[in-house]
Amino acid sequence: MEHTVVSASNFNAWFGDNHVVKDVSIGIERNQCVAVMGPSGCGKTTFLRCINRMHELIPGATAKGSLKLYADEIYTMNPIYVRYKIGMVFQRPNPFPNLSIYDNVIAGYKLNGLSMPKAELDRIVEKSLTSAALWNEVKDSLHKKGTFLSGGQQQRLCIARAIAMEPEVILFDEPTSALDPISTSSVEQLFHELKENYTLIIVTHNMQQAARVSDKTAFFYMGELVEYDDTKLMFTAPKDTRTQNYITGRFS
Amino acid sequence: MSEKNKRLDLSYSQMKWETIFKRILIAMSVIMVLLVIGTLATLIVKSWPTIKSLGIGYLWGKVWDPVSNVYGARPFLLGTLLTSFTALIISIPFSYSVAIYLGEYNTKGWLSNLLKNTVELIAAVPSIIYGFWALFVLVPQIRKLETLLHIPAVGVGAFAASVVLAVMIIPYAASLGTSLIRMVPSPLKEGAYALGATRFEVIRSVILPFTRSGLFAGILLSLGRALGETMAVTMLIGNTSAIGNTFTDVFFGPGNTMASVIANEFSEADHDLYYSALIELGLVLFFVTVIINLIGKRIITKYTNK
Amino acid sequence: MDARIKIRNTKSVLFKALIVFLAFIITLPLIIVLLYIIKMGVVQVNWGFLTHEPTPEGVAGGGIANALVGSLIMVGMSAIVAIPVGLFAGIYLSENPGTKLAYYAGLCVDILQGVPSIVVGIVIYFWIVKPFGFSAISGSVALAIMMLPIVVRSTEQTLLLLPSSLKEAALSLGVPYHRVIMKVIVPCGFAGILSGIILSIARIIGETAPLLFTALGNVFLTTKVTGPMDSLPHLIYFYSKSPYQDQIDQAWGASFILLMFVLLLNITTKLITRKWNIQL
Repeated sequence: MEHTVVSASNFNAWFGDNHVVKDVSIGIERNQCVAVMGPSGCGKTTFLRCINRMHELIPGATAKGSLKLYADEIYTMNPIYVRYKIGMVFQRPNPFPNLSIYDNVIAGYKLNGLSMPKAELDRIVEKSLTSAALWNEVKDSLHKKGTFLSGGQQQRLCIARAIAMEPEVILFDEPTSALDPISTSSVEQLFHELKENYTLIIVTHNMQQAARVSDKTAFFYMGELVEYDDTKLMFTAPKDTRTQNYITGRFS
Repeated sequence: MSEKNKRLDLSYSQMKWETIFKRILIAMSVIMVLLVIGTLATLIVKSWPTIKSLGIGYLWGKVWDPVSNVYGARPFLLGTLLTSFTALIISIPFSYSVAIYLGEYNTKGWLSNLLKNTVELIAAVPSIIYGFWALFVLVPQIRKLETLLHIPAVGVGAFAASVVLAVMIIPYAASLGTSLIRMVPSPLKEGAYALGATRFEVIRSVILPFTRSGLFAGILLSLGRALGETMAVTMLIGNTSAIGNTFTDVFFGPGNTMASVIANEFSEADHDLYYSALIELGLVLFFVTVIINLIGKRIITKYTNK
Repeated sequence: MDARIKIRNTKSVLFKALIVFLAFIITLPLIIVLLYIIKMGVVQVNWGFLTHEPTPEGVAGGGIANALVGSLIMVGMSAIVAIPVGLFAGIYLSENPGTKLAYYAGLCVDILQGVPSIVVGIVIYFWIVKPFGFSAISGSVALAIMMLPIVVRSTEQTLLLLPSSLKEAALSLGVPYHRVIMKVIVPCGFAGILSGIILSIARIIGETAPLLFTALGNVFLTTKVTGPMDSLPHLIYFYSKSPYQDQIDQAWGASFILLMFVLLLNITTKLITRKWNIQL
């Protein structure tokens, strides 16, 4: 099995004429939890969204360069297939309000018309909700709509929904910034368990979170990948002055 | 893994449907444009004979006599403007009162909702029902009034049409005005109250000036509605295509509007010039109502984006 | 000083009294009209009235079945055409707000909304009646054109209110665009879209002018859509000019039926928006 799941080589992205991601090269390995951090506007979220080809959905957004899932160029693959393989969890929990919890988890199948026997769907629902540490809390109300859940629970529902598609990689776009501290820690707990089966890439504004949960950290600044290293090393002995300044709070 | 192949195949067929769907969306929007262009083109082409032979003078001509092939639209322009503006003037105090009441005095609660729903109901009743009711209930009363005033007791005419039209157009300016008045920022009003202004003074000096252009837009929309109204007016206007000599004749006597003469005579038109004369009236109606409505809507969008 | 303040206060109170008076007095005409129609119309309605065709002029009895069925058929046909066209156009406008087509299509929707109904009738006369003859189909097309602006605008506005995170969540699961719209976005906006549709139906069910030169009228109960067909508003208009009292009576009955339909549809809309609004 190959080790490098996602690799970028001289990858660039624009919003119109605005060059937002500049010449990024990075290799992310399997079953790792990688944090991507940097100040606002540094391109980290844009880069993330290029990986599952959400970036191009914005009118005027373009990208160039090599971005691979294993050995395949993401930008030559079918974008729908890419999104099957690379799931995403967003900043604000966004379960579908018109679907029940059960239907939310298997939304990727249901909405795509991927028909499966009910027993199989039941299995997927239980497995995904268990992996998202939500099964015990909702197993008796699977057919209720998900809007009564707390913020943290809704976010875990979204994680379950992403997991249900059996992706290789799960992307997280500031997944706990809209949550209270208790929900935040329950989600962070999950990262440790999830990385055994998936590769996680987490964009975060919160340095402490990056230090807590990730194996490796990438630091973006003004569109460039400035430094990418083991998290422990990055935070104790950063190699670049810009990284140093960011970590010590000279700018945020 | 057959699951993988299944998903791969699915993604390709779905991309094809995506494109088809996006094209359908575009096509339906294009239909909107085509409808308008088609309407305009049809109106112009079919009224061309009159436009060509009678020119602009047609609009000001005093006599409408299809039998002798003489066409002049002045009686209808007069009738339309008279009924619409009279209806507008009558309705304004009421629309504004509703707007001020619902927008400022009583914005929430059962009474407020009751009034709001009632006003919306006025707009919901079909115009044919207003016309029918007025023909059999209002018109006889107007005849009594006219006998009292020693004028020919016809009952039907611009007066009858204006009164009914006034009621029908109240909801348009009223609901727009309500929304606008509710949008007046509280700090503005509070500043005035803090200086000791009475409620009336706050309304007069703060709210009304602030919403002035929006309220004007409401008037335009009501006017647009009045100009285009056909059935109620047709039933009440008396259907006479001549201009009376005195004010009472014109106002209380039978007449016609552009819409009503089309409604009445279109099916009887038997030769080309007659047809195209009527259609030219439709063309004028089209332009006038569309322009007024667009100006009104522009003002409103400018207002809500302010 | 005191006296001046008193005067100003009195003015304020009087003003409020005036406003309240003027605002509430307009309910009177509505109530009068409604009560009168109900009074004159309800006595006309019985099973025979609803199920029989009109009898020859001067002969007593008969009913408005021709107009009742005609209205239902024509409104149904209009809805079948106008709903998909309006829905998809509304979706396009809400999804592509900056484009040139969105600007012009939106402009044309506003224009169509303001066009007098009699003008629509004339245009359809030339497009459909001249080549194919008077027909219920032509009437339905005219009515559909009048339904479109309402359906388009209410769809557009409902969808614009939905949060973009909904679309993003679905797209990130690999759901293709058309399914995102039809299976996520539209269902979430269902209440708003449906009430727009019902309102537009309530609007056209009472329209007469577009039908004057298209569907015409028909004293016979017919389901042949390629020929003339009567409708409730048209019957009312036609009978209002009649010298026969029984026809005028029947027009009251028809007015009552029409009024009840319109009220029912409007109340339904209000209930829908209140109950079915999906909490986001």
